[in-house]
Amino acid sequence: MPFNLLVLACLTYVIFLFLVAFMAERRAEHGRARWLRSPVVYTLSLSIYCTAWTFYGAVGYAARSGLEYLTIYLGPTLVFVGWWWILRKLVRIGRAERVTSIADMISSRYGKSNALGVIVTMICVVAATPYIALQLQSVTLSFGVFAQPGTYAWMIPDTNSTALWVAGGLALFTILFGTRNLDANEQHTGVVAAIAVEAVVKLVALITVGIFVVWFVADGPSDIASRINASAIADWDLLPSRWAGLTFLSAAAVITLPRMFQVLVVENSDERFLGTASWAFPLYLLAMSLFVVPIAVVGLGLLPVGANPDLFVLTVPLSQGQGGLAMLAFLGGFSSATSMVIVASIALATMVSNHIVMPLWLHLRPAKAVSGDVRRLVLMSRRFSIAAVLGLGYLYFALSGGSAALAAIGLISFVGVAQMLPAMLGGIFWRGATRIGAAAGLLIGFVVWAYTLFLPSFGPGAILPLDMFLNGPFGIGWLRPRALFGVEGMDPLIHALFWSLSFNTAAFTIGSLLSFPTPIERAQGLAFVYVFDTERAELRGWGDGLAEPESLLIMAQRILGDEPALTFFEEQARAQGKAGYLPDPSPAFLAALERQLAGSVGAAAAHAMISELAGRARVTVDDLMRVADETAQIMEYSSQLESQRAELERTARQLREVNEKLTQLSVQKDAFLSQISHELRTPMTSIRAFSEIMMEGGMPEGMSEKYAGIIHEEAIRLTRLLDDLLDLSVLENGTVQLDLKLANLSELLDRSLRAAAQTRPEREFLIHRDLPAEAIFLRTDPDRLTQVFINLISNSRKYCDATRPELRIAVRQRGGRVLVDFIDNGSGIPKDKQALIFEKFARLTDQTRAGGAGLGLAICREVMANLGGTITYLPGQGGAAFRVSMPLRLEKPPLAEAA
Amino acid sequence: MRPRGPVFLARRSYRQRRMRDAARLLPVAGAFLFLLPILWAPAETEARDTAIDGAYLFVVWFVLIVTAALMARGLGRQEQETGAETEGRG
Repeated sequence: MPFNLLVLACLTYVIFLFLVAFMAERRAEHGRARWLRSPVVYTLSLSIYCTAWTFYGAVGYAARSGLEYLTIYLGPTLVFVGWWWILRKLVRIGRAERVTSIADMISSRYGKSNALGVIVTMICVVAATPYIALQLQSVTLSFGVFAQPGTYAWMIPDTNSTALWVAGGLALFTILFGTRNLDANEQHTGVVAAIAVEAVVKLVALITVGIFVVWFVADGPSDIASRINASAIADWDLLPSRWAGLTFLSAAAVITLPRMFQVLVVENSDERFLGTASWAFPLYLLAMSLFVVPIAVVGLGLLPVGANPDLFVLTVPLSQGQGGLAMLAFLGGFSSATSMVIVASIALATMVSNHIVMPLWLHLRPAKAVSGDVRRLVLMSRRFSIAAVLGLGYLYFALSGGSAALAAIGLISFVGVAQMLPAMLGGIFWRGATRIGAAAGLLIGFVVWAYTLFLPSFGPGAILPLDMFLNGPFGIGWLRPRALFGVEGMDPLIHALFWSLSFNTAAFTIGSLLSFPTPIERAQGLAFVYVFDTERAELRGWGDGLAEPESLLIMAQRILGDEPALTFFEEQARAQGKAGYLPDPSPAFLAALERQLAGSVGAAAAHAMISELAGRARVTVDDLMRVADETAQIMEYSSQLESQRAELERTARQLREVNEKLTQLSVQKDAFLSQISHELRTPMTSIRAFSEIMMEGGMPEGMSEKYAGIIHEEAIRLTRLLDDLLDLSVLENGTVQLDLKLANLSELLDRSLRAAAQTRPEREFLIHRDLPAEAIFLRTDPDRLTQVFINLISNSRKYCDATRPELRIAVRQRGGRVLVDFIDNGSGIPKDKQALIFEKFARLTDQTRAGGAGLGLAICREVMANLGGTITYLPGQGGAAFRVSMPLRLEKPPLAEAA
Repeated sequence: MRPRGPVFLARRSYRQRRMRDAARLLPVAGAFLFLLPILWAPAETEARDTAIDGAYLFVVWFVLIVTAALMARGLGRQEQETGAETEGRG
């Protein structure tokens, strides 16, 4: 097969993946991604467990050590069929605490300790680097097979440049789809869709090659069975320590590998999917490993001695002249490698940015956390982290020369990440586990792993001198890296696994038993261990009312994005019984906000950022007692009292607000009555005066027409005022007749802007519009809607006090509703007036400037209610901002229906 | 005095609790069956029986998957019915 054709196929495939990811993101944005978040896609995304190591390496593994390769899949099978034990709890905790990575989970469990986050991040990066290198190596090797047809050597002219191209392309893809936005819950729909497609490709490829081998090269299963028993594979011996040890190791790895944690916990959108995955994922693994031994046996028989068994999946079809099949197999291997690298680098980049970059930055410039552009910073740091992680993988590949057998590197990585197992399981099952214990266990496990397995893997003399292997460091024999404490004759991998996890577990338990947890740690431990039993008891450490809601909103917008932040604040305000977007800064609200932010930047950083605005959290003994169940009964009464007190305070606050509003209204009403009497009297007076003059008669020609004109004008003014009042009362009674039809939003806005231009025509307004977003067809009453738009635009023209006035009209769709925001750059409406503006007769400035009767916004509100929508004031937008929200398709007039 | 008739037990919730027990025991049984080949001491027999060993492992694997699938349906249905307050305690 020509090499160019291969590159072309590869590129086409990559472009196809880009399209899949792009379409998935588009659909998700419009809320039509139900099928993208289904149990099937969830299960398929879990298949990143099967990397190129599985795809190519399993056959090589089987050729070398018989059935032992199965242990790598039996362990995860046990974990998944036993989902009721561990996985269910992990996923529930992940969702309840908005965990962003495995480092975030461990850091959050042990009192939001960032030091632990840093340790875990470090372990993950060190362990994942060789693994990423392994993927680059496998793609390079498979390219090599095609580059030199006929020979099965691994050398192709420029392996490094191939790997560099692959690494660069993967970095681009990951950055494009992994860091497009800073999601509130760190989920990447596009990436998940792409890796689900890749999961199908690799499964189909391996099974097709398997079928070809069993039924077309050999004569069916019985022939394969006899070939197996006749081949060298049948000479393998089951080593009990390796068989049990590797099964345990793979079981541990499937929950501690950062990429597995990412798809299993972080990307999970529904806990019920786990039930399906509990059997479907083992089934996938079974299907992936079913044909491994047949391919290995046939490869050993067909290909010359010395051919690399790691590449049998490719070389067996090629040797039979099946170029197309080999191409499919190549794409399968390519899929396995790329999907692993993409997810692993996203997971690692999240950890690096949340646990290393963000805390550093917060430490250096704490004030910027509130005012600076945090989103950009986080996204940029993730992009650089992705590039750095892939760069490290490439560097490892280039330096190590990619010589070791595939399986060896993968297992070394597994033992590294397995060091997180004690801290993780201890954290979710044992309340007594503490930060000190977890840190001690992780560090000692990491050191033992590095000393006994990772560093020796570079070969004697590479990093550790040869003398150390033979005689131990400084001639201390019992410290030899391959024979700690004189334990000789053990398999090196099992030796390292045994000692690292033993020391790790011992340090973790003893450290936990001897140390004393901090208050936050105890509260978090309780929330994790009893995640199913208790409603989450919030630790109300935040001071009441210290933070300004508007600055909290601004900070949240900088991290979560404008829309999600506004929605969250609106929900919280409604839960407190308030209208609008600004809830009271109660401790409960601050805790909820902290959890929301933790979904984007991690628990430790979110905690630190809120501290900037609300002051340090003081966890008192009372707080702890309320949260801790030991003393729950004693404290029940006082906590009930406390909650009643809080409730009373809230009610009182609401009452005060309402009362204030009423008083102001009453004043306004009095003012209006005198105003309206005045408004009615002025035209009445002139009408009476001029009509009296006309009654006397004897006027010069032309004068009577002029007077009649004045009378007519004044009568029109009166009528308009009365019309407005009448309109309002009709709208309020819900007896209005709506004229429903399809209308183009863009045209309605055009019309409104034209009509409103007559208000203060001397002012030059800069209008920002988003025409593509406006291309929406609405089913509504266009005239009534235009009336609202005109009113808002004219208001802006009247009251915007900027020297260079600008008006931004933003349109977006959210779940069958259309939101239109009108935002100007004036000084906005002061907070004490925001509650009043939609009331009748409300006018903020003196009447001479306004020129109306103060009915405009009140009419707008009633019109929108009749159109099934709302109009609200948006705080914190840097000017006066109004949001009009309405249904995309108004079916029946909702008020008339209710009446 | 001997009680007449069986002691009353809410049959349905009793079954549900035992279903959860079974879900917890399944990986234990699986681990036992997967580790069983260790006892076969293959090094001592001269017979070339790798194909049969492989077949045994795949059959056990498949039975585990089918059992897990059947149980996942029952457990999923329970979780929807009982809601959040009782699950996980049984």
